[in-house]
Amino acid sequence: MTPRPGSAALLEAHALSKYFGGLSALAGVSLTVARGEIFGLIGPNGAGKTTLFNVLTGLYAPNAGECIFDGERLTGMKPYRIAARGIARTFQNIRLFANMSALENVMVGRHVRTRAGVAGAVLRGAATRAEEREIQARAYELLDYVGIAARAAQPAFGLAYGDQRRLEIARALATEPKLLALDEPAAGMNATERAELKRLLERIRASGVTLLLIEHDVRLVMGLCDRVAVLDYGRKIAEGAPRAVQRDPAVIEAYLGGALA
Amino acid sequence: MPDFGQRWNRFRRDPRVVWGAALALMLLLLALPFVTDWAAGRTWVRIAAFALLYIMLALGLNIVVGYAGLLDLGYVAFFAVGAYFYALLASPQFDLHLPFWILLPAGAGVACVFGVLLGAPTLRLRGDYLAIVTLGFGEIIRIFLVNLNAPINITNGPQGVNLIDPIRLGDFSLAQTHTVLGFSIPTVYNYYYLFLVLTLAVIFLSVRLEDSRIGRAWAAVREDEVAAAAIGINTRDVKLLAFAMGASFGGVSGGLFAGFQGFVSPESFTIIESIMILCMVVLGGMGHIPGVILGAVLLVVLPEALRYLGPLQQALFGRVLADPADLRLLVFGLALILVMLLRPSGLWPSALRRRELAAGGSAAEARA
Repeated sequence: MTPRPGSAALLEAHALSKYFGGLSALAGVSLTVARGEIFGLIGPNGAGKTTLFNVLTGLYAPNAGECIFDGERLTGMKPYRIAARGIARTFQNIRLFANMSALENVMVGRHVRTRAGVAGAVLRGAATRAEEREIQARAYELLDYVGIAARAAQPAFGLAYGDQRRLEIARALATEPKLLALDEPAAGMNATERAELKRLLERIRASGVTLLLIEHDVRLVMGLCDRVAVLDYGRKIAEGAPRAVQRDPAVIEAYLGGALA
Repeated sequence: MPDFGQRWNRFRRDPRVVWGAALALMLLLLALPFVTDWAAGRTWVRIAAFALLYIMLALGLNIVVGYAGLLDLGYVAFFAVGAYFYALLASPQFDLHLPFWILLPAGAGVACVFGVLLGAPTLRLRGDYLAIVTLGFGEIIRIFLVNLNAPINITNGPQGVNLIDPIRLGDFSLAQTHTVLGFSIPTVYNYYYLFLVLTLAVIFLSVRLEDSRIGRAWAAVREDEVAAAAIGINTRDVKLLAFAMGASFGGVSGGLFAGFQGFVSPESFTIIESIMILCMVVLGGMGHIPGVILGAVLLVVLPEALRYLGPLQQALFGRVLADPADLRLLVFGLALILVMLLRPSGLWPSALRRRELAAGGSAAEARA
């Protein structure tokens, strides 16, 4: 991993704020994600983690602050443009295309890197046929990569929960992201599935993709992340190596409540 | 013992069987006017031609509703745009008589523009809200057609445009009886064959679009718009494209309708027409081309067939007990309700839709 000259940071968030009416879901959060690292985002429920994801991926416009991704300002960009720049995400409450097959779900993920339009679709010339073959081959490859190639023809809604999570990751990878943002990927998984997920995420990182991870599972976060930021009530209360953050009094207070601190 | 299902599957995938079936179907469709004319009279050839026209319309709406999942209740507006475009440029209204081969693609293009015009303001709307706005759009177009006769008379108002040129392809006028290989081909047959060719083209376009990068993007927007945007689909363009494609099919059908009828008036483009076309799509099986075709044919043929309720009563009871005009709509409505109760995903749904409804059913059971 050779960082580009000038900046080792892939993603910089500067003083992001997002209000919903009187509630400040994000209050001036800044963080920097370096190329090639696995960055964990933790915090109690309602701390603003998912809101931060939604701002990063263009689903919400921030009320203040900005995001710089790979040297480019993202703030105000539409989600599809941000995806084209190289941020892909998964959702906390899995959002697959439920009635499409697993394979088709990943094929849709290739949309942003392919070109065929109406004329191509109707005439189906050599270029379009080659592109369709590439899309399908790549989609199979990715299903195999996340370990659900055997489920390719099944409709997404019929997949086991863990497989749906992996399918969402495969679909995100199909867009060739530089940054993969995962919103609680281990939620609802058993111990074996978690161990497999950890190996998968390590392989994805090894392939050169930077990971941003929201996760509640402490062991997964500690074992996987290079750095961790902790959010509480929309503010960043700690950042650093997982071990150090785990011992931080502010973090302990946020999780266990003031009475115990 | 060899499995029957397996043998059947192998049999129906055999290329010889596929081509044989396609050839047989083609011959059947070619012979259809002669057979219906002989068996049921010339009116039924006309009904067959209308069925083809409605197949094109229903397949156009199917792109919007079935593929992209956008509920459009004003679809007939595009049919009207196509029809009036042809009517105004090929009639004594402005004394313009442009040729068919220019008017048909241009009409599709104009309808396409109207599709984008309607689509653009509705991009943020979904479901019921979209339905209401599109319904309004459909009515606006019709009311424009009624009122655009003053101060400058463009559409000739409620009287409509009359004496529209029949469709001509070069020197071949569809309004004349021709003799081909000893067969006498009357006017209605000519239109039937022209509509058949264009219907096949529309089916071809639908099939190709469905199984393509564009078709998958439509399906993704239908299934989950937020997820579609998050993986890089420009949902705005994808939805506008669906509106534009659907509208252009409607525009083509409209041009054909005007040339076929020789007369158009705003009355042909009421809200009930939009509902009927939507019924064809839903009743047949949303998003499934064979289903939509079946729906269109049934909804054109059934009301016509129900006209025979009068003679049927005469034959059974010796007199007409209930006015067939009243009875016809009653039976038609009942038939629609029955189909939707017994086959909620349509008469001939795609495998995909069937799964969706099965899943909805089990989810409902789980909640109960």
